[in-house]
Formats: sequence, structure tokens, C-alpha cells
Amino acid sequence: MANALVFIDNPGAALKKSSLELLTIARSLGETAVAFTGELNDDVAATLGAYGATTVFQPSVDDLDNYLVGPKAAYLAAAVAASGATAVLVDNSPEGKEIAGRLGIKLNAGVITDVVGVEADGTAHKSVLAGSYNTTAKATTPVTVLSVKANNVEPAAAGAATAPATAIVEVPAEGLANSARIAARTEKPVSGRPDLSEARIVVAGGRGVDGDFGPVEELADALGAAVGASRAATDAGWIGHDAQVGQTGVTVSPQLYISAGISGAIQQKAGMQTSKVIVAINKDAESPVFEIADYGIIGDLFKVLPQATAEIQKRKG
Amino acid sequence: MEETLKIVVLVKHVPDAQFDRHITGPGNTTDRDESILSELDEYALEAALQLAEERGGPKAGNEVIALSMGPSGAVNAVKKSLQIGAYSGVHLSDDALAGSDAAATSLALAAAIRHISADGRPVDLVLTGMASTDGETSLIPAQLAERLQFPQVTFASTLEVSGGQVSARRDAGAFSETVEAQLPAVVSVTDQINEPRYPNFKGILAAKKKKIASLSLADIGVDASQVGLAGSWTVVESAEARPPRTAGTIITDDGDAGIKLVDFLAAQKLL
Repeated sequence: MANALVFIDNPGAALKKSSLELLTIARSLGETAVAFTGELNDDVAATLGAYGATTVFQPSVDDLDNYLVGPKAAYLAAAVAASGATAVLVDNSPEGKEIAGRLGIKLNAGVITDVVGVEADGTAHKSVLAGSYNTTAKATTPVTVLSVKANNVEPAAAGAATAPATAIVEVPAEGLANSARIAARTEKPVSGRPDLSEARIVVAGGRGVDGDFGPVEELADALGAAVGASRAATDAGWIGHDAQVGQTGVTVSPQLYISAGISGAIQQKAGMQTSKVIVAINKDAESPVFEIADYGIIGDLFKVLPQATAEIQKRKG
Repeated sequence: MEETLKIVVLVKHVPDAQFDRHITGPGNTTDRDESILSELDEYALEAALQLAEERGGPKAGNEVIALSMGPSGAVNAVKKSLQIGAYSGVHLSDDALAGSDAAATSLALAAAIRHISADGRPVDLVLTGMASTDGETSLIPAQLAERLQFPQVTFASTLEVSGGQVSARRDAGAFSETVEAQLPAVVSVTDQINEPRYPNFKGILAAKKKKIASLSLADIGVDASQVGLAGSWTVVESAEARPPRTAGTIITDDGDAGIKLVDFLAAQKLL
């Protein structure tokens, strides 16, 4: 009987850092099983063992990725039953939260989203109203479903690696019925930069970049950072909507957020104010972003960013 | 002419995000005294109105019903929706609903939608915004779909309905996807799908003549124990205002701010 079940959805060749974080949290709750989808290669299986997973479940069907949410939730419900887990951990992506939501209804289980920490008794810590409140929440049901935000624990392997057992879980047929099917899928161009929601460092540009994300992207690459943007910049079409940080975009909580040419209105603040360190560069000394910046530079981003990029490259040799 | 549609749009009154927001009371719930129609719901309403108008509007038998759940203030979200163009409104209100979490809220909304389906023809489409701007759990569309056993299509950035099927584009994550589902379905739309219209003077006047049906839990066959704090599967045990961030060092660029920035990052061990 496992205590915690971690959902890992088609990771490809290697596990994402957020999955390693989930495994680390799960282990603090007790014996950990994994509900896996996609191809389980040897490296991934070894990593799961290194992080202490005792059982890895796989679905009886291999086309879960052709459907939205519903069938994955049905699979996960079956895996919860097979594992006996009382805590289910999923990532906090939009799809992760939806799977958590449907799973909760299937299992009559309380769902807590946007979790930043979990105590041994299942109490979850979260940050709400755009980071203006810290709350603790708990499910009152036998099973708790938690969607956990990235970058809140350091991934740590178990003291002793295990060789996890594998088991197939039957996906109920009704899981596939009544579901939206993905008719076509095109991969977006890969930037080679880290995923915005998981990145340790984010460099973001706003109205002040005036159509030219070059300096923002160059600094991001020097720092190994993801590129973000304000809604003004994405609405202007200067960069894809995927890059939008804020209330209607991605919420990020990196170690370092560098804001360039963004005034920092509430809609943007909502997406980034829980960042550990905030640096702001803006020409306008009255910009609200300076009220929350740990380090603010009143100046021209087209001068400051390239100078910083060159200095970082120089120091890195 | 396309087939006509009966569309329910979920609308929510939320604290205005332009101002400070607060959590109060024994259930640690959000203070909704100064509330407005959630900006993100306007995109769902616009999408519903466009689908109905393509099919000849109310005269042809299309319905666009704004549904809101919550205390008396929630009716304002319905009224605003009627001013923007919704054809009729439903306000689900009951003292026992206070403090409902997503699970209890989705239970009550599912019952309200079944009630609306039983009144005339069944609902074809339930439209929602991509998130509420307050609770931000984003669970309602998924949980509602699960309770109604409808397919869910979330984060639609385009939406078409034809031949009893919805087709939508999603740009979530690393892929751009075309998603199809049979009606009836729950669809949430993003803020990229359209440009919501504003209420005009004619719309504001017309809204006064539109019907708002008030429903209680008894009307929709839900027991008080199934909702509110009693029917919720999660409790918020504590809520603490986070100390506001304070401004740190602010410098004015004298030609070497880029280097000073790198010094700062090095000192913070962020390089």
C-alpha cells in the first residue's frame, strides 16, 4: 500500500524537474507509487527508483494523449484504487489542475490547487489572491488531491535507490467516451530556453521594449533564463501569447525575475510577485514595479540590458 | 441555417482586482463587497452571443442564459451580462451555499444546469471564462463537466459549433491543438478568443425587460448539507496576509547600471 501517488504524464526521454519535486514531496508523505503515461524508458525508470518510487503503474491503453483530461483522470482514479494511496500529487499546469479537478469528483476527494508546500499530515500551504495571502488548507476526505507548483522544494533522491515494480492499470472504457478528442496537434517551435513556468530565472519585457525583444532574449540566454512578457507586449503581437506573465497568463515564482520596460500594473504583478528576487529596469521612475523591486534601475533597457549581458559573458569567460 | 443552440454562460462577481482584496470571516472566504463581473467571463459571454447571432439570435430560438451563483451581490453579474447582451438570466442563491469549495460549487451548478435543461430544451453548451480572477482554482469547468458527464474543452482560443460538434483550438504548452467534442459540452475560452462588446445605452434599457429567474437549493433539488462549508471537501484552516514587498535599492543609470546589476546578481549568488 502506497501512501502517495505521483502522476507523471508522458515525460519523454527524461523526467522534468517538477516531477522530481513531486517525488521528493511524496516521499515525505510515505511510500510512493507513480502513475505513469507514455513510454517508460530505462533511464526514466532508474530515476523513478532513485527517487524512491516502489511501484510504477502504466495504463492499459496507449492513446490517452489523444484525449483531453477526462481519460487521464479515469486512469488516475483506477491507479489510486490500485495503489491505495491517500494523497495524489499532480503538477500545477492547467491540464494538471483539470485532471486533479475531475479526479476529485470521481473519488469524492478534496482538491487543493496551487500548493507550495505539504506537511506530513496532508495540510497544504498555498498562496492566493495573486500572492497577497498565504493560506493553509486541508481536505476533509479520505483521499486528498494536490496540484503542486514548481520551484518550491529542491529535488532530492532517496537515500537508497529502489527497483520499482511495474503494474498495468485498466483504464475504464467510459473514461474515453464523453471526452474531447484531439483531432490535430502541431508542435510549436522549440526555443531551447527553459519552460517559463518552471524556470529558475525569468527575464521579461513589456511595452518599453517597443517591438524589439532582442535585448531581453540575449540577457535571458546569458543567464539560462526563460523569456516572459507583459500583456501589453503580447497584445501588441511582439511575442507569443505563451510568454505572458500575469493574471491571464502564466504565474511564475522563480529565484530571479528581471522586469524590463514593464510598468508593473496589478495584472502583471499578480503573475510574478512571489518571485524570490525582483529586478526592475524602467525609464519611468514612477513605475509601480519599483515598489516591489529588490533592485531597481531607472534607465533605458536598450543600454542597461546589453551592458549586463556583455558583463555576464565576460565574467563567465 | 445552422442548428439553434441553448447556451448557458457561467458568470461570477469577483472583487475588483484593481484594488486590494481581502479574506475574511470564519470560513476564510473572499470579501466580495466591492465586486464586478469577472473580466474573463466577458469573453465567454461574447463567444455565446456570437454563436447565437450566427444562428439568427433569439428570434430563431437560440438561448443565451447568464447563470451566476452567490449571495445577493451575484445578481449584479447577471444584470451586467443582460446589459451586454445575454437573453435571460438565472441567479442561484441560498444562504446554505456560503463557503462552498469547488466541489460543492460544481455540484450546485450542475444541478442548476440540469434544472435549466428540464425547462424547455436541454442545454447544448456551457461556456465559462478561463479562470475566475479571484479564487483562481480553475477547477469549476473540469468538475462541472465531470458531474454532468459532458466532454470538456478548456482554454479554447477559437470555437466553432457545427453538426452537433464543437471544434476549438488550444495553444496550451508545447503544442497547438485542434480539439473536437460532441455536444453537450463544457467549454472554457481564453481572453484571445474575441473582443468582448461593451453594453450600450440600448442594451442597458433592454436589460430591464429581460427575465432573471431566482433559484434556491430547493428549486434545484440540492440539500443544504451537500453544499456550503458542510458539503465542501476542503477547508481553509488559516489565511494570513503576506507582508507587502518593500522596495529595495533603486539607482539611476549613470552609464554603468548594467555592470552594477551584474554585481547585485553575483552578490545574491544568482549568476
